[in-house]
This record gives sequence, structure tokens and C-alpha cells, in this order.
Amino acid sequence: MKYVKQFSIIMIITFIGEVMHFLLPLPVPTSIYGLVLMLVALLAGILKVEQVRETGRFLIEIMPMLFIPAGVGLMDAWDVLQPNFLSFAVITVVSTIVVMAVTGVVTQFIIQKERKDD
Amino acid sequence: MTELLQNSVYFGVIISILSYEAGLFLKKKCKLAICNPLLIATAATMIFLILSNVPYDSYYEGAKYISYLLTPATVCLAIPLYEQFEMLKNNWKAIVFGILSGVLTSLVCVLVMAILFGLGHAEYVTLLPKSITTAIGMGISEELGGYVTISVAIIIITGVLGNMFAEGICRIFKIEDPVAKGIAIGTSSHAIGTTKAMEMGEIEGAMSSLSIAVAGLLTVVGASIFAGFWI
Repeated sequence: MKYVKQFSIIMIITFIGEVMHFLLPLPVPTSIYGLVLMLVALLAGILKVEQVRETGRFLIEIMPMLFIPAGVGLMDAWDVLQPNFLSFAVITVVSTIVVMAVTGVVTQFIIQKERKDD
Repeated sequence: MTELLQNSVYFGVIISILSYEAGLFLKKKCKLAICNPLLIATAATMIFLILSNVPYDSYYEGAKYISYLLTPATVCLAIPLYEQFEMLKNNWKAIVFGILSGVLTSLVCVLVMAILFGLGHAEYVTLLPKSITTAIGMGISEELGGYVTISVAIIIITGVLGNMFAEGICRIFKIEDPVAKGIAIGTSSHAIGTTKAMEMGEIEGAMSSLSIAVAGLLTVVGASIFAGFWI
């Protein structure tokens, strides 16, 4: 029964996220509304983490697998990528590396600076 | 046989799970970034579909039930974020400026390289939301007049690249702090990268989850401004 309850809570929050996505005119997807809602509910104490923990852990653990269908969908994307393939490939690879490195270095720099100041 | 596979509802799920299992097995045997379970699973499934003559649409008839769980799974990213909330409060300044620097770097990078490669405005705005989560990225691309299908493809490729490169980039650039690692991964490669951050640790995973939402929303504003920077 524990898992049934946990799964229903997660699905209800997801559904409320979907309703917000439908009603509000912001470019925010259902998943982000749901994430914020669940976080607020947990922080406010409306929801106890024990009420969602195991099922939540399970869903997060299988998450990489959930991207496979979308990834396989790239097999149909070749036709649209092909005309600019080289530039798209270079931009995608270079910017992913640069963005990750800059973000990490900046964040780490500020964290270390703050710790020294304390 | 082909007809059976094309009509089966369960086949799409099974081939996805089995190829993912194969990816996990290879990952254990070889530590190289290329032995990435998601990359291997995706490639193996594609190859299988091509060889067995099953079109993507019939595969997706079954596989869509896997994708269906993606939204509730993303909602659950709030759980580790809640458990690491103290970490977030203590480092909020670094987190905010870190994500902001990443979002700006992404937009500037795309702008500069799009000009260098002589791309058109439509191609440029197609690439602008490349580092953020698909659902937000699609909306931005559409709004700014990009090619939505290309945006989706590039966003997924970015995620897989981030997932593959995360450990290497953190090592090369000496990013050792778990908060910084998580923020870097989530800001550059959204939810697909976050699955790698989750494997690296609780803090990394929580910070990466946070970055998906924050970077996504900052990019909504940033991309519409950057769309105007075009000569």
C-alpha cells in the first residue's frame, strides 16, 4: 500500500502542475511547476518526505532510461540536421563543454571566496 | 516477425530496457566516457530498429509509456533538493551567480559561433535554448521562429554530451566542490546531465536539479533578448 499512496501523491502533484501549465500563460512546463510545487509542499510541511521517498527514489533511479525513446527519435532527425550538420555539431559540442566549465569554475570560485570571508 | 515487432505494444519497452541493461553492463566493464549507458542504449535500439525494419513510430507506440514517466520523475527531483535545502541556503549566492554565468555563456557562445559559421537567424534562435530542458526549450524555439524539431534534437544531444563529459570536465577544470559540480552539470545539460549528477552524489544531483529549473527560466528571458542581437 505504501507504494500506491506514494505514487498517487506524485501523480496528483504532477497533475496540479499540468493544470497550472494549462491555465497560466507562462512558458513553464508541467514538470517544473510540479517540481516547485513538491518542493514547496515539503518545505511547508504539508507533505512529509516519507510520503514520497521510496517511489521518488525509484523514478529518479530509472530516469536515464526514460530518455531512451526521445534519444532514439534522433534517427528521424537526420534529415533536418544534415544541411548544417558540421556547424551544429561544432556549436553543440563546444558550447556544452564551455558552459559546463565556466559555470563550475564560477560557482566554485564564489563558494571558496565566501568560505574565506567567513 | 517484422510485422509482429511493428504491432507489438511491449516490444518498444523491452528493447529499450534491455539495451539500457547492456549499457549498464558495458559501463561496468569499461570506464570510458563513450561507455555511457544512455548513449549505448540509444544507439543499440536505433541499430536494432534499422536492422529489423521497424519504423520509429511503431517503436514509439510502446516506448511512449517509458517517456510518460519522465514528467513525474522530474517532479520527484524536488525530493533530493528538499533534503539538501540547507546546502542551497548556505550557498545561494554562488548558486545564483554560477547559473547566471552559465546561461550567459551559453547564449554568447551560440551567438558568436552562429556568426562564425554564417548561420541564418532562424538557425541561430534554434540553437539558443540548447542547454535547457526540452519542454522549455521547444517553447523558446517556437516563439523566436526557430526550427522546433532541430531544437529538440540538439537539446537531447547536448544532454547526452553533458552526461558523457561531466566527469572529465570536472577533472580537467578542477571543479571539486559538489555544489559547483551539480550547478555546472544542470546548467549545461539539463535533466539528461542531471541523471549523471545523481550518480555522482546526493548534493550534485540536488544542485543539478535546481539548475534545470533556474537556468530554464533565465534562458526564457535571456534568449528573447539575445534573439535581437543579430546583424
